[in-house]
Amino acid sequence: MQDDWIQVDDLYFNRGSKVIFSGINLKLRKGKITALLGPSGTGKTTLLHLLGGQLQPIRGSVKVFGKEVPKLSRNALFKLRSRMGVLFQSGALFTDMSVFDNVAFPLRVHTPLPESMIQDLVLIKLEAVGLRGARDLMPIELSGGMARRVALARAIALDPELLMYDEPFAGQDPISMGVLVQLVKRLNKTLGLTSVIVSHDLAETLSIADYAYILAGGKIIAEGTPAELEASQQENVRQFIGGLPDGPVAFNYPSASFADDLFAKKEVDHA
Amino acid sequence: MRNQRWVEISVGSFMLLGFVALLFLAFKVSGLAQTSEQGSFEVQACFGDIGSLKPRSRIALAGVTVGRVGKVELDYQWLEACVTLQLNKNLIGKLSTDTAAAIQTAGLLGDNYISLTPGIDEAYLAQGDTLKDTQSALILEQLVNQFISNSTSTKE
Amino acid sequence: MLDWLAGLGRQGVQLTHALGRSGLFLFQALAGLPRSREAFTLWLNQVYSVGVLSLIIILVSGLFIGMVLGLQGYTILVDFGAQQALGQMVALSLTRELAPVVAALLFAGRAGSALTAEIGLMKATEQLASLEMIGVDPLRRIVAPRLFAGFFALPVLTIIFTCVGIGGGWLVGVDWLGVDAGAFWSNMQASVSFSHDVLNGVIKSWVFAFVVTWIAVYQGYDLVPTSEGISRATTRTVVYSSLAVLGLDFVLTALMFSNL
Repeated sequence: MQDDWIQVDDLYFNRGSKVIFSGINLKLRKGKITALLGPSGTGKTTLLHLLGGQLQPIRGSVKVFGKEVPKLSRNALFKLRSRMGVLFQSGALFTDMSVFDNVAFPLRVHTPLPESMIQDLVLIKLEAVGLRGARDLMPIELSGGMARRVALARAIALDPELLMYDEPFAGQDPISMGVLVQLVKRLNKTLGLTSVIVSHDLAETLSIADYAYILAGGKIIAEGTPAELEASQQENVRQFIGGLPDGPVAFNYPSASFADDLFAKKEVDHA
Repeated sequence: MRNQRWVEISVGSFMLLGFVALLFLAFKVSGLAQTSEQGSFEVQACFGDIGSLKPRSRIALAGVTVGRVGKVELDYQWLEACVTLQLNKNLIGKLSTDTAAAIQTAGLLGDNYISLTPGIDEAYLAQGDTLKDTQSALILEQLVNQFISNSTSTKE
Repeated sequence: MLDWLAGLGRQGVQLTHALGRSGLFLFQALAGLPRSREAFTLWLNQVYSVGVLSLIIILVSGLFIGMVLGLQGYTILVDFGAQQALGQMVALSLTRELAPVVAALLFAGRAGSALTAEIGLMKATEQLASLEMIGVDPLRRIVAPRLFAGFFALPVLTIIFTCVGIGGGWLVGVDWLGVDAGAFWSNMQASVSFSHDVLNGVIKSWVFAFVVTWIAVYQGYDLVPTSEGISRATTRTVVYSSLAVLGLDFVLTALMFSNL
């Protein structure tokens, strides 16, 4: 019980009239890499927002570090968030600051450290992602992969206990993908972080994850270690892992049957 | 990245420009210097009819502006219009208690203003006194009406 | 008919919802007013981008409006032989009405739309969410400095606008059309009251600054984070704040100048 950094019980969430989650249970252990997998549009990013307290669930409990996130006051929430880091899909670097200032920003806001110490810390973090030489560049001068690594350096600037990655590998060329995969793994080991990776890049994610959940249709359809999942005989898990175009997880957005749609159109034409 | 020094300097000049502009509005445009430094004292005067006299209308003595009208209220006892006159402080001890106040019109169609005529009494007006000798506004339409009715009645 | 009524009701509910949300948003941003040296720097930078950068458009349009007033006023007043009152006319119409309103409209177009687009883009690129997760309240860091910069900048711009406009009226009336300079200034000074006209004009522009900045920042913060959403929100900022300025101007004028 002590080792559960994050515990989600019976979580419900809607966006407008669309049901995103109906009854989700998660347990994330300290010091491990946990992957949340699932096809696009299943609300993986929404789940991260719920964990960070940026969205309120309709029902259910979200506990991070043993604290009930939806019930926290604004101040307590901000305090809690300084223990977590998030790597956003687009990097979300502050475009009006240089790379150095971006990484220094959390330190300047949350610590009373003198500027000389901040400089040392920032350089250490930038070195960890291999971009110490790029410290004076502005975010628009960086490539996508570099921006994501800078964002990673910023996310670990405060030495968080929990790091959440939102699609860290999406849209990367094989080389930067490999670099990122190694980085995530190394950071987790050397800093003793607890990591959550939200992704649909199956092979890369499973190669470094200790435990994985597969989300589909607002529910968790499978969970287990990567080896267990790959050996699973469950049809929908097979579809996702094997990358089959159609199966229990429908390729089509819910709609009336194709024939009905065509027929309805014809009738309109006649009328 | 904008140069922080440049930002600070330009915002500073912006504030300065605004301040100078405010001074310009205060002194050159509204002529604040001439009226505000004198202060005022207040006396009351009640009229049977004030015409279109409004708060901030002019008060003149021998044609020179010496104050502004303050409040205009109805006296519920005598059903008269009671006006507060804000006069320049320099006039304390200069206006006798029998000073007359008349409501006059600037030109034929202009605004109403109060014209003061000093009296001969030995005592002088002080803060809060009331003027007794008052003359109501001459209303052009009434004059014309009177003139017409007079001329018709004399004919018959 | 029933559908129409239902639609009306739905619109009403949505409007009330939006009003409530934006009011809450304003309250949180104002309550989160930071008081540090760093906050002052942030505010200064915003005053630069909404105030100093709007200066040129304010100066140029103020000058032209003053010149037009001088010309139009002269042609009307000269028929009554009252061209001496030109200074009074130019100064009163500028201090009471034109400067606060026109400056606010220009401000909405120049600075308001930029505020909306900037905050909207920050939202679209997850910079706001990222601030939140770093543990910095974007209402304090991003929104509050912009709000306070707007509150400060527009009244200053309005005062500058008035002066430049009076200068423009002077240029046309006195310099070109030959109105007596002494009569121009003395009539102006006799009729313009500092507390009644100038200060009321400044109060007006304060109210406009409040409303325009609020609308601009809220539209940016609340928009749908897509390129279409940003363009719609900027349009909404300009339309809503222009309408709000004109409507409020009527209310304020009725309160301040009608002698009721």
